[in-house]
Amino acid sequence: MLNPFRGFGAVFYKETLHVRRDFATLFFSLIIPLLQMFLLGYGIDTNIREINTVVYNADGRRESRELLERFKNSDTFRIYRYVRNDRDLNEAIISGKCRVGVKIPVDYSDKLLHQMPAQVLILIDGSDSSVAGQAINVSTAIGLDESLRRALATSDSAFAVDMRPKVLFNPDSRSPNFFLPGLTAVLLLNVTTFLTAFSIVREKERGTLEQLFVTPVRPMGLLLGKLLPYLGIGFFELLMIVTAMRFLFQVPIHGNVFLLAFLSLPYIFVSLSLGILISSKATSQAHAMQLAFLTILPSIFFSGYIFPRETMPKFFYFISYFVPATYFINITRGIILRGAGWVHLWTDALALFVMGSLLLIIAARRFHDKVITA
Amino acid sequence: MPAQDTTPAITAGHLIRRFGNFTAVNDVSFTVQKGEIFGFLGPNGSGKTTVIKMLTGLLPLSAGEATVQGINVRQDPEAVRENIGYMSQNFSLYSDLTVEENLTFYGRVYGLNEQNLRRRINEIVELNGLRPYYKRLSAQLSGGWKQRLALGCAMLHEPKLVFLDEPTAGIDPVARRQLWDLLFDLSAHGVTFFVTTHYMDEAERCSHVAYIYFGRVIADGTPDDLRQLPEVNPPGTYRVEISALQVTQALRAARTIRGIRSATIFGQSIHAQIDDHLDLDHLRKQLEQQGIHVAEIRPLAPSLEDVFVELTFRHQAQQAKQTVATPEVPDA
Repeated sequence: MLNPFRGFGAVFYKETLHVRRDFATLFFSLIIPLLQMFLLGYGIDTNIREINTVVYNADGRRESRELLERFKNSDTFRIYRYVRNDRDLNEAIISGKCRVGVKIPVDYSDKLLHQMPAQVLILIDGSDSSVAGQAINVSTAIGLDESLRRALATSDSAFAVDMRPKVLFNPDSRSPNFFLPGLTAVLLLNVTTFLTAFSIVREKERGTLEQLFVTPVRPMGLLLGKLLPYLGIGFFELLMIVTAMRFLFQVPIHGNVFLLAFLSLPYIFVSLSLGILISSKATSQAHAMQLAFLTILPSIFFSGYIFPRETMPKFFYFISYFVPATYFINITRGIILRGAGWVHLWTDALALFVMGSLLLIIAARRFHDKVITA
Repeated sequence: MPAQDTTPAITAGHLIRRFGNFTAVNDVSFTVQKGEIFGFLGPNGSGKTTVIKMLTGLLPLSAGEATVQGINVRQDPEAVRENIGYMSQNFSLYSDLTVEENLTFYGRVYGLNEQNLRRRINEIVELNGLRPYYKRLSAQLSGGWKQRLALGCAMLHEPKLVFLDEPTAGIDPVARRQLWDLLFDLSAHGVTFFVTTHYMDEAERCSHVAYIYFGRVIADGTPDDLRQLPEVNPPGTYRVEISALQVTQALRAARTIRGIRSATIFGQSIHAQIDDHLDLDHLRKQLEQQGIHVAEIRPLAPSLEDVFVELTFRHQAQQAKQTVATPEVPDA
């Protein structure tokens, strides 16, 4: 006569109440999958469009401008900047601002007018193989098309425009070379944002934070004392990742490792400040976990780590400017793959430093208002 | 040279703290003299912790003045925190640190130099009997020992005033008594204690108590003073203890008897407040008529709990009257 389902109704009743009361958990568990769907659904466009392109037009006459019109009219390229020498052309690509460089030689128009084939150099940043592939295909097609148009117009049969694509970095398109430098940014968040947030929230849970506020410890002393060990841990983590990347996965590092180590500091600083911000909001470690995951998602999807930022809809592209990982990924890929230096990357470092300072100020304020005097 | 210091340990003058429209602390004034064990009592949410936060400089005062160890809280909250010890109800220890490490951490927080730190840690460990547990993780200590360690941490810098926020919540009776013995001991050496508690027996041990109810202090004095308050002993009444076998029935019966103003159960007996004209024999007879077997009836002094209950009722009645008189005040 024992009813194996005894208590079902009561537990069901109680559980629905719990779910309704704990709105935050419900919200996050429902909204996060939806957010991911949006990201993957809208964020990815396998047709890569609007690749930032730098142009060095040494010729400058009508024929060369006609060719550039074709680049402009293609959906694939977006002419980002014109430069006047080879050095600037290379710099634009090394700094990560542009992925493709088009160089029209000084005798381009002359050769065409004399019925000779004219070469155009296409420099391609190979760190992202899908972007590189698309750039090669489309630029070659533009060359063919332009040749065909000229041939029909002049009833001459020679291939007039000869596109010469040259893949600059990661020429064999190894995917570890592309993914591992970006992964560094995401992995670092684990030991920085997560650990700081947890270490403060744990003190909240235990009540030791309350105790500390009644001692002469000042908020800045507390925050700095908490941050510094995790800064050290984050830095150590970075060194381990880079070592493994170089020797285990054979990713060649083209730039200066010390610069990479140095430029990781502003990124770690941002991540730690985020951790404090989270801890000022979170009431429990589980809550802190949910909030910290909210910072991981954009770092994966909006930063260019997996999907090239070029392929994102305008709105997501705009958001990517506010994601710290965007800048750090440009730094890691810049140094590791493209051999970029301080001159190319200082703006990224500055952006990170400004973000970190703003976040720390907001976090310290919130901490004062919501934690100390609450 | 200043004479033997007679400045009070704490003065609170018309303290007010508002959170938006809500007044958490409403015109609270009291004075704690040096060496007192000051019991600060009140139900949860009545403003006890808010007052502690105000006195320790964590919460700005909306109005009023406060000094702690002669230091103005508004002007120099940092100096206040240098000069006090504080122990919260959850003992605030780092459970993954040993006894020694916890003490060392708090010693450094208070800026003790290495030499003083070692000396004070040794003194505390001897005084509180923590020696056998010195290298143990504080997570492995029982509630009573945790509490002794927490008190030790709060007193490393030799403060003359220590705030204890519900220090005995959730620990066993023996540890509770031992803690009080320790407090008396330290108090004899001139340390002032500000203790909040829910336990009425602890309140009776304090040399000075104040009772806060919805942000207002409604009683303030020594336990004996409070027991003799006219509000608690209205003229023409006295208190008795009625011991009976069936307490619940006895209570029901007692409440029907004219001349009994109030009655509540205390363990196996009833505490009642009765009119003077109702004599004890008459009372016993009336109860026995209702079939109650009365073992004993004897006069009784009011307990602190009686005092607080009585004052709370009076305060509520007063509030209700005011609410009627000023109808624009929304019903709380």
